[in-house]
Amino acid sequence: MAARKTTEKSNSSKDDLLHYYREMLLIRRFEEKAGQLYGMGLIGGFCHLYIGQEAVVVGLEAAAEEGDKRITSYRDHGHMLACGMDPKGVMAELTGREGGYSRGKGGSMHMFSKEKHFYGGHGIVGAQVPLGAGLAFADKYLDNKRVTFAYFGDGAANQGQVYEAYNMAELWNLPVIFVIENNQYAMGTSMKRSTKSTSLFGRGLAYGIQGEAVDGMDVQAVRAAGEKAIAVCRAGEGPYILEMMTYRYRGHSMSDPAKYRTREEVQKMRDEKDAIEHVRELLLGGGHATDDDLKEIDKEIKLRVNEAAEFAKDSPEPGLAELWTDIYA
Amino acid sequence: MAIEILMPALSPTMEEGTLAKWLVKEGDVVKSGQILAEIETDKATMEFEAVDEGIVGKLLIAEGTAGVKVNTPIAVLVEEGESADAAPAAKVPAAAPVAAAPAPVAVAAAPVAVVSKASADWPEGTPMKTMTVREALREAMSEEMRSTPEVFIMGEEVGEYQGAYKISQGMLDEFGEKRVIDTPITEHGFTGIAVGAAFGGLRPIVEYMTFNFAMQAIDQIINSAAKTLYMSGGQMGCPIVFRGANGAAARVGAQHSQDYAAWYAMVPGLKVVMPYSAADAKGLLKQAIRDNNPVIFLENEILYGRSFEVPDLPDFTIPFGKARIWREGSDVTIVSFGIGMQYALEAADILAKDGISAEVIDLRTLRPIDYDTVLASVMKTNRCVTVEEGWPVGAIGNHLSAEIMMKAFDYLDAPVINCTGKDVPMPYAANLEKLALVTTAEVVEAVKSVCYR
Repeated sequence: MAARKTTEKSNSSKDDLLHYYREMLLIRRFEEKAGQLYGMGLIGGFCHLYIGQEAVVVGLEAAAEEGDKRITSYRDHGHMLACGMDPKGVMAELTGREGGYSRGKGGSMHMFSKEKHFYGGHGIVGAQVPLGAGLAFADKYLDNKRVTFAYFGDGAANQGQVYEAYNMAELWNLPVIFVIENNQYAMGTSMKRSTKSTSLFGRGLAYGIQGEAVDGMDVQAVRAAGEKAIAVCRAGEGPYILEMMTYRYRGHSMSDPAKYRTREEVQKMRDEKDAIEHVRELLLGGGHATDDDLKEIDKEIKLRVNEAAEFAKDSPEPGLAELWTDIYA
Repeated sequence: MAIEILMPALSPTMEEGTLAKWLVKEGDVVKSGQILAEIETDKATMEFEAVDEGIVGKLLIAEGTAGVKVNTPIAVLVEEGESADAAPAAKVPAAAPVAAAPAPVAVAAAPVAVVSKASADWPEGTPMKTMTVREALREAMSEEMRSTPEVFIMGEEVGEYQGAYKISQGMLDEFGEKRVIDTPITEHGFTGIAVGAAFGGLRPIVEYMTFNFAMQAIDQIINSAAKTLYMSGGQMGCPIVFRGANGAAARVGAQHSQDYAAWYAMVPGLKVVMPYSAADAKGLLKQAIRDNNPVIFLENEILYGRSFEVPDLPDFTIPFGKARIWREGSDVTIVSFGIGMQYALEAADILAKDGISAEVIDLRTLRPIDYDTVLASVMKTNRCVTVEEGWPVGAIGNHLSAEIMMKAFDYLDAPVINCTGKDVPMPYAANLEKLALVTTAEVVEAVKSVCYR
């Protein structure tokens, strides 16, 4: 990791940096474990890993307050961990077990937590964007000063309903932050092969929505942008668009060989832009932590993830009666 | 030569209107394009312009007259020095192909009188009032909005325009723009927003101008609204009503004339309601708004203006999954719902004259569906005909036939016949449209066939 400028000064406190480090590492180790369990056949179907994009959710969650809402697509494990959902419940949902957040009936793509204000987990590309605007609509209607983060990718950004939602969100000044996680690939189709209008936040300007592009690999930059967007929304001047420039290291899903990009491209991002390494260097360089301190954290995280994996393996499959429950309230 | 001015048809389903106001008087010189009168339909007050130039020779219908049928002469234009009496009355039919409008509509609310006590939804002796389906729907929404602050309505033209079909007329005034929300023309988007609002604790009513437009939003209805409770292991429900006109109106062509009953009835997680009468429209819509699940509420433009007796109660609901027996009979069971009930009831009247006693059942809700009432009736009559306006493949009638076959096979004296719309996109031409829709005559014929008569 020689390439990163280790002389960079951090404007974050030691506690903040340690928090970022822990949270991002939890997501990465969790996802690595999920990939492993998938390989063992314990996780089935689709499984979309978040590795590489950790700074986006961790930075924004650091800016959020209790009661703020979030909703995202099927690449949702990181969002759930970052908003405080229990890794055991998430992993057990991945394995389709009773102990999962949806009691095994949702799977990797469909988890929810009312308690943590996490509204899914949606499998139809772009559908969560108007849903997120609707959550914000409810908050505005109820006048409770909450904001909603509606996450979607660069692929979803070409869906028509995103722009329908933009139009109404601005028309009604909804307190929603549209977070575009631009990881540059919509499954296997790169940005340059899908659009000539590559400034995705810029498209919001056509609807009168303010926004900006953010280095989504830099957790401090993400948090700062998030705080600004939240302030705009809480002041009743939403919506706001944050285009997070980020990158996923793994394929689109577990079954994607990722032949549409070179190994070198991925390696370069890992070497030069990795969000976790960045914070690690800030901690070490700023004298906030020693190698041993960080090793201790690594161990702790590994333990948590292993516990989650054990729980997910041991939790029984849902009872057969579950087939017929939760169809109607 | 004198020209007769005829009462105009100002909407696809208009049959009559009120001549609210004359803006010209006898002897006035009229130019083409000049506004002659204000005409009130059941949906709106429209200005009526002159096409021809001339002098108003005679006003044939006084202002304030209600129930003026389309194509009735309402005034005579003459040329200078000509007498108004010269108007050629015989010409009227020729000048007015519009008169061939959908025939079934003409048969109004006559069957209301035969309410069977067996499925009364309110106590005996309840005072009744006459109201249209339109008024019943509006009352249902307004009552629920008065009692529950989380209920709001959103859709195209629901507010300032007072509703494309005037269902929400006056509601903006009462509830304000926070709760009566005009949306841009963007069904996919506003449906998603409404579903999200339901996740967020509100109880939205989404009005689609017609369900044809809801196809733009069907992903949000099915994938987001209907499935989330299940996918979340019961954590996150979606209390929402999707309502609007469904099925054929009159002469509006293939893309605006489609019955979605069977489409939505297939989806677990949705409830599906399709009322015929005003009382059912009111009681079921109130129930739908209180339900904690997504409810598809299929209305019918032709029925909006139809009047029925509705119980005059401060609060009354009708439970889902309870069919109503409109007419008891012993020879055959006719099962229908929505506007299909009109054909079913008309057929029953005609059959009675031929000595065939038909039991007529209105399903009212298609999910849940009241199999018990249907099966009990079929076990009694041993014959069944289903009636619906939708297409024949994968129809509600197909499903009922299968259910009857599985559970009452030994009771059947004849195969069940499904009367449906024809297996074609809706044509525009008046004669073809009539042919494409299910008709009373077809129901009569089907019943005679299952009765071997």
